[in-house]
Amino acid sequence: MTAYIVRRLIQAIPLLLGIVTLVFVIVHAAPGDPTAMYVHPSVSPEVIEQMRENWGLDRPIHIQYLRWLRSFLTGDLGVSLTQNRPIVSILAERIPNTLILSGTSLVLIFAIGIAIGIVQAVRQHSTLDHTLTLSALFIYSMPSFWLGLMLILVFAHKAHLLDWWPAALTFPASGMTSVDYDLMSGWGKLGDRLHHLVLPSIALGVASAASVARYMRSSMLEVIRQDYIRTARAKGLPERTVILKHALKNALLPIITLLGLYLPFLFSGAVLVEYVFAWPGMGRTIVDAISQRDYPLVMATSFIFAVMVVIANLIADILYAVVDPRIRYE
Amino acid sequence: MSAPLLRVENLRTYFHTAEGVVRAVDGVSFTLGPGETLGIVGESGCGKTVACLSILRLIDPPGRIEPDSRISLRDRDLTAASEGEMRSVRGNEISMIFQEPMTSLNPVWTIGDQIAEALRTHRSARPAEARRRAAEMLRLVGIPNPEQRLDEYPHQFSGGMRQRAMIAMALACDPSVLIADEPTTALDVTIQAEILDLLARLQEQLGMGLIFVSHDLGIIAQIADRVIVMYAGQVVESGTADELFGRPRHPYSEGLLRATPRVGRRMRRLSVIPGSVASPKRWPPGCRFHPRCPYAWSRCREDVPPLPGEARASRCWLEEEPARRTGGWDELALAEDH
Amino acid sequence: MNEASGRAEDRADGGRALTAAAFIPGLAHLRRGRRRAGLSLLGLALAMLAVLAFSFDRVASTFTAGRVDYWVAMLTLAGTLAAAWGVSLRAEWGRPRQRAEGTSQWAIAWREFNRNRVAVLGLFLMCGLYLATLLAPYLTSYEPNAIGDIAATRHLPPSLDHLMGTDKFGRDVFTRVLYGARISLSIGFVAVSISVTLGTVVGAVSGYFGGAVDTVLMRFVDMLISFPRLVLLITVIALFEPSIFTVIVVLGLTLWPATARIVRGEVLSLREREFVEAARALGLASPRIIFRHIVPNVLGPVIVAATLGLGNIILIEAGLSFLGLSVQPPTPSWGNIIDGGREYLVQAWWVSTFPGLAIVVTVVAFNLIGDGLRDALDPRLRI
Repeated sequence: MTAYIVRRLIQAIPLLLGIVTLVFVIVHAAPGDPTAMYVHPSVSPEVIEQMRENWGLDRPIHIQYLRWLRSFLTGDLGVSLTQNRPIVSILAERIPNTLILSGTSLVLIFAIGIAIGIVQAVRQHSTLDHTLTLSALFIYSMPSFWLGLMLILVFAHKAHLLDWWPAALTFPASGMTSVDYDLMSGWGKLGDRLHHLVLPSIALGVASAASVARYMRSSMLEVIRQDYIRTARAKGLPERTVILKHALKNALLPIITLLGLYLPFLFSGAVLVEYVFAWPGMGRTIVDAISQRDYPLVMATSFIFAVMVVIANLIADILYAVVDPRIRYE
Repeated sequence: MSAPLLRVENLRTYFHTAEGVVRAVDGVSFTLGPGETLGIVGESGCGKTVACLSILRLIDPPGRIEPDSRISLRDRDLTAASEGEMRSVRGNEISMIFQEPMTSLNPVWTIGDQIAEALRTHRSARPAEARRRAAEMLRLVGIPNPEQRLDEYPHQFSGGMRQRAMIAMALACDPSVLIADEPTTALDVTIQAEILDLLARLQEQLGMGLIFVSHDLGIIAQIADRVIVMYAGQVVESGTADELFGRPRHPYSEGLLRATPRVGRRMRRLSVIPGSVASPKRWPPGCRFHPRCPYAWSRCREDVPPLPGEARASRCWLEEEPARRTGGWDELALAEDH
Repeated sequence: MNEASGRAEDRADGGRALTAAAFIPGLAHLRRGRRRAGLSLLGLALAMLAVLAFSFDRVASTFTAGRVDYWVAMLTLAGTLAAAWGVSLRAEWGRPRQRAEGTSQWAIAWREFNRNRVAVLGLFLMCGLYLATLLAPYLTSYEPNAIGDIAATRHLPPSLDHLMGTDKFGRDVFTRVLYGARISLSIGFVAVSISVTLGTVVGAVSGYFGGAVDTVLMRFVDMLISFPRLVLLITVIALFEPSIFTVIVVLGLTLWPATARIVRGEVLSLREREFVEAARALGLASPRIIFRHIVPNVLGPVIVAATLGLGNIILIEAGLSFLGLSVQPPTPSWGNIIDGGREYLVQAWWVSTFPGLAIVVTVVAFNLIGDGLRDALDPRLRI
């Protein structure tokens, strides 16, 4: 198992190098030389000239590439043009926020998706099954940002106008915390944060949950037909045990690989959902950076996003090995 | 004969599909005494496996055991039992092992866990005790280092070892009936013999009733006390192993025996029964075997022959008109040669 | 003998009718007694011709020639006409009975697809959408970008006059959604064509040659897939001026890896098959083997991927224009209409709601067709 993990880690290294290179290529493929994108009211021509020298733009391209590589490897992501501070410190603030949002969504996606998938497989061809399949079709055809707006419209602005609407089901439209957050007690702070998480994590996760449910259903149906399920039944186990112990663990195997596939999708969604909900994460950062033409920040953020995807894929592979004994003992 | 352990009467299992009713098992009756081995023989598709699964009521929709079928274990009517009662029978009083040891064990749980599971369900055994008993079972079926192998996964076992583990799992709760559905078919010949010996030894040791299903007459002859031959969802002949192999009465049994190669008997060519089992959606009218029978005459095409009695019987009109048994398989083989 | 002469007569008959039936779509079907097919073809062709003949300027009015969406609208129109004519000609000159009972892969797939009621519903939805985009000027009496008396028409709730209400500039939302469909569908169509072609070529080359070529291409694919799609897109688009052209090119050039992976997988298994071995043994050149023998055999999965990809690209494009990185206002696209309504979400909910529903319906249609095609084209499911 350790050998397997080490092998996967080693395989990830060229991938990360490739990603750094790709970002380099994108920057250099842009019209004009890279300083052209730093032209900004707050940057004087002298600074640009200085930058050109610092970057060694007069040097041959491979030297430039090596410098670029070195700065990324040493964790020096440059300085933001608009905030005048190191990008590393900006992202250090933003990454946890994105992880909180995506993490919550991820848990929701898999918990809800797997549960619904199991129910559908066990009750295959029932009215419930057909209803859920149809709703899933509509749900994963929804743009996350639009769903976010609709949730804000209903749960933050309209529903509480109804007399009987419980106050607990009215959610804040934006941000991570309320204005009086600092005055709250410990539990109050936690509650406030959770309250702010509800709408964005639903907007972000619900489409993927529908998709997970769909995969889970077919995976489960595939497993239920297997011989070992018949063996389990012939042993006299209650149906609950047959499904939740014998079938579930096998059906989960292909679902774990989805984890790695969904993360990039989830981060794409996070860019839009953070924008809609004014959530101070990486997605919001990259959108703001683009509108302010803060290109170093754009590049660094997209690089970090890619690195996070690579790490997530590693985790998915390791999880797979943990669940499937056939890989563990390879 | 003492009171039967298991009695199956007029078992009919039909599959109600959109394309029509598939009469997979159509009126099968037999009994099994304690310590007895009953062999069930027939080609694939004749309903052997469905009959076995019906005994445990493991038939999935659209399959259904038809109302007037009766399966009784000692004096309990299993067809009338609730699903909960049925669960306490499965793996506890009646166990079953399957044809494919490679796919019949769950790949993601350890062997020990899968054996102990039955004990924990039926005997409410504590984990440690279940584990001890599981190790004991593995030793019983001849697996070396049982303590260590308990924690291994099915993919670490060879085919023969897996089938031994399956047997250990089936016998963990001391069942009074063991149903073995083609337990050796997927194995190498040498391992087949080992598993057969093991089953015979265990049966003697534990005194359970054994239903042994196979399409291989050689194996059945080796292990069974009594044999029933199934064709097209029905029993066509029954008798003791000696009777049946010594003097088969039904043309189908006769054909099957001829199709079995034997050591020490030189054959010009291995004969086979021409044609194949008809579709269970539309069994032929009259005797279901008549399209493939070398003796068939008009009566066979129109009237359904009965199976008189249980101990020794043949479902064939030749029983009433023995004079018509002329020519038969040899002539058919000859005709085919030309 | 009789049969043969009968067939010859049939053909001669067809030849005589060339003047009428071959040039007017639908007549051939009508003559053969397939009334429903004939009438719908005839109706379609007449509608198209009417649009082209009487109000070419009106169809094209809202867009400047030279813009991609304009050309796509025109191409769709011409394509629909050509297809109607083609089907008609085939019914006239071909041997319809034999074709109807055809056992080719495509004939079987088409029959399977037709049996799938929801997939056919999806197909109808999609055709309806494309028709609506073409006939947009006839379905509404408003101009998508015309700003009238703002004070009087601003933020009107949905009514019979304004089916989806009006926006902050008093523009009719229904009209803008209709014209927005044109943009969204065009972008989707062109971008998918680019990415599927590119993906097929890369996947086929990678799978066929294997070795170092395969390693290099697939590592590149891994890299592209590591970026969250939207992040990669906005990073690249940010370096250029956001425009419909940029978006199409960037979408087309970044979304091919998924197709490439599918094609590569198929090619790897095809490569070992006899007919490819035989082609290689005959000494055929690699490009010929790839494009004549391998690519036609992977078309099934590619078509499925393209259909499902269309739905996906429409969602992505909507996201981009929502962020202001695609089509620039005032030209309407579904994403930027939603963005425009965001500011006044509470006062005028309809501005953001309806374009979103349009997206959902469109994507559902493509997903239905894609699922139907997958079931119909996947031989592993058919067996």
